[in-house]
Amino acid sequence: MSRKPYVREVPKTTWYMRNGRYMRYMAREVTCVFLALYMAGLVIGLVRLMQGPEAWQSYLAGLSSPVAILFHLIAFGFACYHATSWFNVTPKAMRIPQGDGFVPGKTIVGAHYGLWGAASLVIIVLMGVL
Amino acid sequence: MSERQITFEVLRYNPETDDKPWVQTYSVPCQEDWVVLDAINYIKDHLDTSLSYRWSCHMAVCGSCGMMVNGEPTLSCKAFLRDYKGSKIRVEPLSHFPIERDLVVVLDDFMGKLQSVKPYIIPKKEKPVEEGEYKQTPRQLKNFKQYTMCINCMLCYAACPQYGLNDDFIGPAALALTHRYNLDSRDGGRSQRQEVVAQHEGVWECSFVGACSEVCPKDVDPAGAIQQMKIASTVDWYLEHLMPWRAK
Ligand code: SF4
Ligand code: FES
Repeated sequence: MSRKPYVREVPKTTWYMRNGRYMRYMAREVTCVFLALYMAGLVIGLVRLMQGPEAWQSYLAGLSSPVAILFHLIAFGFACYHATSWFNVTPKAMRIPQGDGFVPGKTIVGAHYGLWGAASLVIIVLMGVL
Repeated sequence: MSERQITFEVLRYNPETDDKPWVQTYSVPCQEDWVVLDAINYIKDHLDTSLSYRWSCHMAVCGSCGMMVNGEPTLSCKAFLRDYKGSKIRVEPLSHFPIERDLVVVLDDFMGKLQSVKPYIIPKKEKPVEEGEYKQTPRQLKNFKQYTMCINCMLCYAACPQYGLNDDFIGPAALALTHRYNLDSRDGGRSQRQEVVAQHEGVWECSFVGACSEVCPKDVDPAGAIQQMKIASTVDWYLEHLMPWRAK
């Protein structure tokens, strides 16, 4: 009997549209673009700071424009999505023996949220907001 | 017992007569306690003897009845019809594998990959039988037990988009099995397996979509195994480059 296996091609550019699971994965990956844009903004800020007080003032003025505020709100939302989607999968990579079993996933995820909260608090205090 | 008429859309492909797969529909009077496999058996017994598919145990242990049921990689013997609403169910051969005939896919690639990771115990030191058995504590067993539950059903490969795009990827089940032997206290073969694991088509082809673990019927969690191996491979790399004297 002759064999003639049939290969179903996977669409190279639209593969992630095939199911919700892949879309969620893409959302996790793509949201990091906003993190990168935010970082780029910070780097520009450093450059402006080096250029002297006037440059710095105009950078600050730019930051308080409605467009900049809107961008930061959006970027913050996406950054939270990105971070939490990673936090939630950390137990898979961290299998820590404990007694007869392993440290429960909830504890590991919780620790990440806890550290995140603590780090944010420190930053807020350093910024003089609290 | 109540009966429910369900239309099954089944992907058919006969290598001798077809150039490409096509969909055939069957209307099946289903019992409420049936699984998808029962309906397919009904088709085979009463409607169309030419339908080809694999199955054996009908109890989710042999791993041979994997199919795409409504687009989801599923063991058809574990797919209860009561969990499917509506009057139509679509059944296709597992994604990402070539179709041999109807619902039967080509296994060769997967079999080759399983072999390539040396899925057996390679003792640290061979010892003669007279010296007795290799002992293991319950704790040591627990470290790898989860990864022994794999039934080679290949659902994880059908779910993995990376394998779909690049079938050189060693893939979830074979890597989970590698992890199983690497974690075994009786085993000393990790460095041999690293040749396969640490290459690009090994763990690094994985981008942690996590689909494999979501579809796995045995809670093996291959995605977890792969991430843990990435960490171990990274640690290896640093040890080797930063502390060359420790590497050996
Ligand atoms: S890891 Fe799970 S889904 Fe993959 S072959 Fe093994 S049992 Fe099947
Ligand atoms: S028939 Fe054995 S796993 Fe489904």
